[in-house]
Amino acid sequence: MPEQLLFAMEVTLNGLMAGVLYALVALGFVLIFKASGIFNYAQGVMALFAALTLVGIMDGQVPFAHLINAVFGTEVHHFGWHVPAVLAIVFTMILMIIFAWAVNYFVLRHLVNQEPIILFMATIGLAYFLEGFGDIMWGADIKKLDVGLPQGINLWIDETTFNAFGYGFFIDNLDMVATVIAALLVTALVVFSQYTKQGRALRAVADDHQAALSVGISLNFIWVLVWSVAGFVALVAGIMWGAKSGVQFSLSLIALKALPVLMLGGFTSIPGAIVGGLIIGVGEKLFEFLLGPALGGATENWFAYVLALLFLVFRPQGLFGEKIIERV
Amino acid sequence: MFYREAGDFSTTYTQDSQTFPIAFDRYRYYFVLAVAFLVIPFIINDYWANAVLLPFLIYAIAAIGLNILTGYCGQVSLGTGGFMAVGAYACYKFMTGMDIYLMGADGEWVRYALPPINIFFSVILAGLVTAFVGLLFGLPSLRIKGFYLAVATLAAQFFLVWLFNKWSWTYNYSASGQINAPTRGVLGYEVTGPTAEPWAAYLFCLVFVVALAWIARNLTRGSVGRRWMAIRDMDIAAEIIGVNPLGAKLSAFAVSSFFVGVAGALFFSVYLGAVEVGEAFGIQKSFLVLFMIIIGGLGSIFGSFAGAAFMVLLPVLLKNILVGGLGWPTDLAAHIEFIIVGALIVIFLIAEPHGLAQLWRLAKEKLRLWPFPY
Repeated sequence: MPEQLLFAMEVTLNGLMAGVLYALVALGFVLIFKASGIFNYAQGVMALFAALTLVGIMDGQVPFAHLINAVFGTEVHHFGWHVPAVLAIVFTMILMIIFAWAVNYFVLRHLVNQEPIILFMATIGLAYFLEGFGDIMWGADIKKLDVGLPQGINLWIDETTFNAFGYGFFIDNLDMVATVIAALLVTALVVFSQYTKQGRALRAVADDHQAALSVGISLNFIWVLVWSVAGFVALVAGIMWGAKSGVQFSLSLIALKALPVLMLGGFTSIPGAIVGGLIIGVGEKLFEFLLGPALGGATENWFAYVLALLFLVFRPQGLFGEKIIERV
Repeated sequence: MFYREAGDFSTTYTQDSQTFPIAFDRYRYYFVLAVAFLVIPFIINDYWANAVLLPFLIYAIAAIGLNILTGYCGQVSLGTGGFMAVGAYACYKFMTGMDIYLMGADGEWVRYALPPINIFFSVILAGLVTAFVGLLFGLPSLRIKGFYLAVATLAAQFFLVWLFNKWSWTYNYSASGQINAPTRGVLGYEVTGPTAEPWAAYLFCLVFVVALAWIARNLTRGSVGRRWMAIRDMDIAAEIIGVNPLGAKLSAFAVSSFFVGVAGALFFSVYLGAVEVGEAFGIQKSFLVLFMIIIGGLGSIFGSFAGAAFMVLLPVLLKNILVGGLGWPTDLAAHIEFIIVGALIVIFLIAEPHGLAQLWRLAKEKLRLWPFPY
């Protein structure tokens, strides 16, 4: 096989893996949007916050150390212990649930029945708040996240493909783990929403708020639940992205890429989020590979958005979204 | 007691439909203008110009621009930073003299070198260029609505910033990729460049602010503005009663982009002087301007000013209190600013969705009766 084609194949594979990571963030958006009609801009920052918290707990950082030091003139930084990853993940999850409750109690409760765009802007405010809060709580420097996931080139694939085609594919172990975890996560979400009582209640709310209320489903509980699940998805995404490129502010910008993913896939469809993620992942890698050199590189910054923009012009509801029906 | 409309009688339709029908409002407006033009230029110094007044004036223009699009026409845009970049780079090209290559009659590329254009006209031309670019990115708004459109405008944001990073013609092939404003003047007074006097730069911006605010106010209360608001309130219904959505949406995008482009041009040439596009016109700028109009008040010209003043003053105030007063590190103050801004957005959306402008309106209602509320 010609070298170029092999190379393009490798790029495509890597694009698929990157797409899985986008899809992970996009999943969180879809969950909240389906259940409450809120387009949660803060999902990316939630991933960042979760990752920050995880690192902070694992390293035994003192929360708000920076603030405490500035106010009291002390010099505290670390408790001096290390928490195992599993335990830290549990603690982080508890914090995300508290956050979900707080969002519902302090923000969403007061914004019931507002226009979607107002809710969207409220989540932008939320994102800002959470970003500043995370930085104050754990410090803004770039952190390494290591929860024991395998990383680096997969030698087995490299060797096998080298023997077969005379060209070794570079596939990151972490990306493969991410793919597996994403598959598990989606399965778990499907099982949860199809076979558990809470999951069915969640789908009922997504279908029709008032009808759900009238059969005795508590909207407040469902919203806390769905924000907690979204927090969990954010945590998983945060772990993956954090392990890949370090826990830092740009994480929340990478998460912005989940938006075009959603627009491609449709806001209300979980399979759409996955397929959209894969399309964007492959598309931007291939585009960079084919046209990047001619255009001066770094086309990944905008390709996803422009693709989504062009796509929406022809199909405004996305690939799998429900048809938008508007009435006067 | 002080603020009242008793005794104000309109005897002609012209009087009845003027911008400030209440005499007190009118005098207050003249008073503010007089202070801005006749007092401040004489007492201004470098710190006040650069920390407060110039950013306030320039952001006010950008906020009015975004308010026209989002507040009046209901199309949320997250591409403000990108459009400001267009204004800045267009202004740079116009003020340094642009090379344009056009196909000649014999099929050859012919180079036309435009002479450097006066800074005043450069800024206006930059606004026109931005209006055109905004029109292009506004085309999808005919099919896409709501936050779908908001995300679609992110395409403009990221694409434009990338473009100005890669397309070396736009920054005159400078090695650093930055653009630097050369020294230029109006009527013999320098307004750009390192040696410009603060009062000259201030007056230059002020002229634009007053002129553009006047235009915006009159556009939004005329038939164009009513068309925009009809589209905002419900586009399908507006279409049925005869508003052309194509014309209304695209004109909103064009006018809004013109304002934003002028703001970008002034931001680069008068305020910053040197610009690196990703840093000065990144996505954060888009959000900053959006926050200004949310806090100030959607669909209000006064709100744009109030929001701009608020978002410019808040960091200055926090920095003075936290860093200057309490001696905290600057990065901590920056984080606290994030928290406060985020919380304020949420609080305003919950408590007062119409922002500072509505508070102002309420205050005026109260003042009309004060101190005898019955």
